[in-house]
Amino acid sequence: MQNLNPVRKSERALLEDLSNGVKIKVEKFSFYYDGVQAIKNVSMDIKRNQVAGIIGPSGCGKSTFLRSLNRMNDVILGSKSEGRILIDGSNIYDPDVDVVEIRRRVGMVFQKSNPFPKSIFDNVAYGLRINGIKDRDYITHKVEKSLKEAALWKDVKDKLNKSALELSGGQQQRLCIARALAVEPEVVLFDEPCSALDPTATAKIEELIQNLKKKYTIVIVTHNMQQAARISDLCAFLMLGELIEYDVTSKIFTKPSKKITEDYITGRFG
Amino acid sequence: MTKKRLKEIIGFVLLRICIGIVAFILIVILYDIISKGAGKISWEFLTAMPKKGMTEGGILPAIIGTILVTIITAVLAVPLGMGCAIYLNEYARDNKITRLIRMSIRNLSGVPSIVYGLFGVVLFVQLMHLGTCILSAGLTLGLMTLPWTITASEEALKNVPNSYREGALALGATKWQAVKTNVLPYAIPGMLTGTILGLARAAGETTPILFTGAAFYLPFLPKSLFSQFMALPYHLYIMSTQHHAITKVRPIAYGTALVLIVLVFTLNLSAIILRYRLRKRKME
Repeated sequence: MQNLNPVRKSERALLEDLSNGVKIKVEKFSFYYDGVQAIKNVSMDIKRNQVAGIIGPSGCGKSTFLRSLNRMNDVILGSKSEGRILIDGSNIYDPDVDVVEIRRRVGMVFQKSNPFPKSIFDNVAYGLRINGIKDRDYITHKVEKSLKEAALWKDVKDKLNKSALELSGGQQQRLCIARALAVEPEVVLFDEPCSALDPTATAKIEELIQNLKKKYTIVIVTHNMQQAARISDLCAFLMLGELIEYDVTSKIFTKPSKKITEDYITGRFG
Repeated sequence: MTKKRLKEIIGFVLLRICIGIVAFILIVILYDIISKGAGKISWEFLTAMPKKGMTEGGILPAIIGTILVTIITAVLAVPLGMGCAIYLNEYARDNKITRLIRMSIRNLSGVPSIVYGLFGVVLFVQLMHLGTCILSAGLTLGLMTLPWTITASEEALKNVPNSYREGALALGATKWQAVKTNVLPYAIPGMLTGTILGLARAAGETTPILFTGAAFYLPFLPKSLFSQFMALPYHLYIMSTQHHAITKVRPIAYGTALVLIVLVFTLNLSAIILRYRLRKRKME
């Protein structure tokens, strides 16, 4: 039977990946800004319903790598990529892929919370509206659901029409998370989401991320190694655009296999 | 007193003198025009036709002419200017051609208005056979205002934080959606302000309309956009330099100057109010 319907090797590998829960497969991915290589031949698998942490010194390409996962780097002029990034087995860098749809499926929360100067409600509804949803009841329902998912509903349910700019820093960041969740992404990317927040607000976001992974695949870039240790399941150490090590978080932080990783996590540089 | 402190005082005094001189000149001009022109302003002056070789009567045709020309100017300069600014700031790649275009636009705002006038004659009056009329004059002033509109609009767009664009794109917005829903609403107040200031400047221009449609003496209202017209700045020029009885018509000239200043001031004021209100609404 097998000989009558041969499955090609690559397809078999793909099926295997999917059954192993691989959501994002990065294959020999490189990225260039104006001819300067920012990401060097990185390959890694990111699994469904897990938190993948990315650590590394400043300028190591963490953010560039993260922004490659939803093609936000396309916006930058003179940039170029090589290799493939597969989400559920299809390459998001294929020429015929609709980049707008990729960005809907792969949400992003930025380093500096960027609520739009609109009401709290309109912020969360923004993504729904630009994706063509007009049904008011649905939007109202979805806004409430997303705010609940982002653990912000209790704080804001009585002031949905107030400006989002009146919220505190931590609340603004959770609003941005709610906004990202409203368009039903499959993956959520976090780019140092707590770097401007106090410890209490940070703890809330970390708890939130732990809850979110039940439903979404999470990739988080962080400057804070304790944070990576606390919340990630797998952790990648990036340096000068190269993936030095990628392993189970507890192993990275207790017995890393490379000397340079150990030097970094013990604070010898960075 | 220490030397340092003395230098500080001298510095401040010099700066105060600068602002004092400017304020003084402005006040003298305004005082001169208001004191000599205010007496001439009456309902009749504003609503009557000029009579007896402009030695009597009102300036209604000049007021209407200036308003009509400014409207044509706005119709050309506002959409075109904003469109160019949006393209340059949001879409154009930063390469040699874009830089060249941007530099040309900046330089165009420094071209003397008489050159625009000449260009308007060749393009609108002769080549396009529009003749000397409101339309030709308005379009000429529109061309002259364009660089100002583009530059002001681009500055307004630059002031919108990039995180608004990225935030929208990251939610699956197309570039146009991001610009339309999350950039323009915040840039419009600034764009409009710059544009209205440009229009106010155009409304007071004499040279470009001199060649392209403004007439010396027309004691009736323009019948269509293809009619010649009287305009406040040109009327003022005639009354103060070309008229056969200059001293006799001096009060009319001052009255005209006052009306022109009030018109321009109203435009500027509306720009300020508009910006204030839009900004307030957006920030709520």
